[in-house]
Amino acid sequence: MKILTQHIDVPGIETIDVFMKNGGYKAVEKALKTMAPDEVTEEVKKSGLRGRGGAGFPVGMKWSFLAKPEGVPRYLVCNADESEPGTFKDHYLMWKTPHTLIEGMIVSSFALGANTSYIYVRGELMYVINILEKAIQEAYDKGLLGKNILGSGYDLDLFVQPGGGAYICGEETALLESLEGKRGNPRNKPPFPAVKGLWQSPTVVNNVESIAATSWIVNNGGDAYAAIGIGRSTGTKLISASGHIKKPGVYEIPLGITVEEFIYSDEYCGGIRDGHKLKAVVAGGSSVPILSAENILTTEAGEKRLMTYESLSEGGFATGTMLGSGGFIVMDETTCIVHNTLTFARFYHHESCGQCSPCREGTGWMDKVIKRIETGKGRMEDIDLLVDVAKKIEGNTICPLGDAASWPVAAAIRHFRDEFEWHVTHPEEATKPGAVYMRPGASWSK
Amino acid sequence: MSNIVFPAETLDLVKKIIARYPEGKQKSALLPILHLAQAEWKWCSSDVMDYVASLLSISPIEVYEVASFYTMFHLEPVGEHVIEYCRTGPCCLMGGVEVYDHLKTRLGIQTGETTKDGKFTIKEVECLAACGWGPVFQIREKYYMHLTNEKVDQIIDELSK
Repeated sequence: MKILTQHIDVPGIETIDVFMKNGGYKAVEKALKTMAPDEVTEEVKKSGLRGRGGAGFPVGMKWSFLAKPEGVPRYLVCNADESEPGTFKDHYLMWKTPHTLIEGMIVSSFALGANTSYIYVRGELMYVINILEKAIQEAYDKGLLGKNILGSGYDLDLFVQPGGGAYICGEETALLESLEGKRGNPRNKPPFPAVKGLWQSPTVVNNVESIAATSWIVNNGGDAYAAIGIGRSTGTKLISASGHIKKPGVYEIPLGITVEEFIYSDEYCGGIRDGHKLKAVVAGGSSVPILSAENILTTEAGEKRLMTYESLSEGGFATGTMLGSGGFIVMDETTCIVHNTLTFARFYHHESCGQCSPCREGTGWMDKVIKRIETGKGRMEDIDLLVDVAKKIEGNTICPLGDAASWPVAAAIRHFRDEFEWHVTHPEEATKPGAVYMRPGASWSK
Repeated sequence: MSNIVFPAETLDLVKKIIARYPEGKQKSALLPILHLAQAEWKWCSSDVMDYVASLLSISPIEVYEVASFYTMFHLEPVGEHVIEYCRTGPCCLMGGVEVYDHLKTRLGIQTGETTKDGKFTIKEVECLAACGWGPVFQIREKYYMHLTNEKVDQIIDELSK
């Protein structure tokens, strides 16, 4: 079942003519000519679509919070700041089929009553920004953007905004600050953007994939979307698969397939690279807890784990994780968990905006202490120190970056403490190039 | 300062960018214009940032605090080609560390340094959202994916011509 990527390999799909020949922009026609804005919102609510950036908050509900005071402009801002390590699905979608996003932007802006909308793209993707701007111009030329779209009386201007290289701008209030030309410091909430967002006007911020899905929902109805998937995990999800698999790439899956099928079937990752065994997976982008091979494939209750929000988080953080952004990083037995955790800790240290002391200082401490362990200078008490620092960041910051920084460190120690200990007790061995600890009796160990 | 002025066509673009935002919200154009400035002058010197401030009728400090916050803006002179390689987990899993070491050996410089001929600067950056195609670096707008030592050599040879 493909919704977003159905035509992604059609030659020329990035051009508006080919896109329209493949059914593109039908949702704009349908929504603007035959539906009221609230009816579009209603379909999105019925669809059960959840925010695809990572948080998983229901999109229709988020839309319904939008304040609509008379005479005040409202904005839709697309979050295309995709920066969570392991995640590259939005990059792929915008690069290959920019009109899929633009069509969704028009439909969603119409539902929200926004007459100006922005797509905030991470600045490194300047080539994608160029692709989007070209596609937006094509949409203007066809009368799908601008004044009185398709004679419906609805006006919409759409612009692309480049970021400047800051992970924090993926947090929606930091993104709005950045769009206002400021440092990306997250705002205190409330007020939420739905009440006071861009330039203090009511604003909805949604991820690329969420917005792109709304066109299909308009065309086929919310019920049809909700019929895909399992329970509260409705529809399809783009999964960015990276690491030690045969076929890294972006896959659109119907939510609800098993993790095992995703990793091992030829339709998706194609299995672990030849001659190697699965050791660990980070299932939803670097911030979600890493799990060992056993825990990712099977829940504590002994059931096969599914690619859904609920199944991946089953067992809480003790044995579960999160679907997050769908950044699925696969590691085989050659992976040093300590080194991998170090790269994540370094990442969050670098990306902390510095506003909140627990995050600004704590991410630096975690980076330094893991580095100490990784380079063979660690002490046994450092391991608990890391757990302690992580605990003191979590929940004590304005935005979720603090949690995102603490979870991967805490989880790596929770599931791979013996590997950290080995670095402390065997510093010479552990610092040899390519040296990796083998857990006695583990399924991945030689 | 006086010789820092955008060419006429860039100034037109600046006007168009400012028009994307409501009246009085021209500060929103800061990031797009800093990108244009860096493309023009390679790096954001204080003179360049002062010029950007003047274009947007904002104070220079508002530009400095933004340019220093975002990783993409170079606040020191850089070489002709700035190679920004991804050092984050997924690229490392794909052999990034070895490839980047090869890059540094090949150019005879470390991260953050520029070759003596001013041709190359190496910077390490965080995740470039291309994890399935790693290891990855970017040079200006171009992404170079699935890097190997041989590929790195080819790219450097090509850019050295």
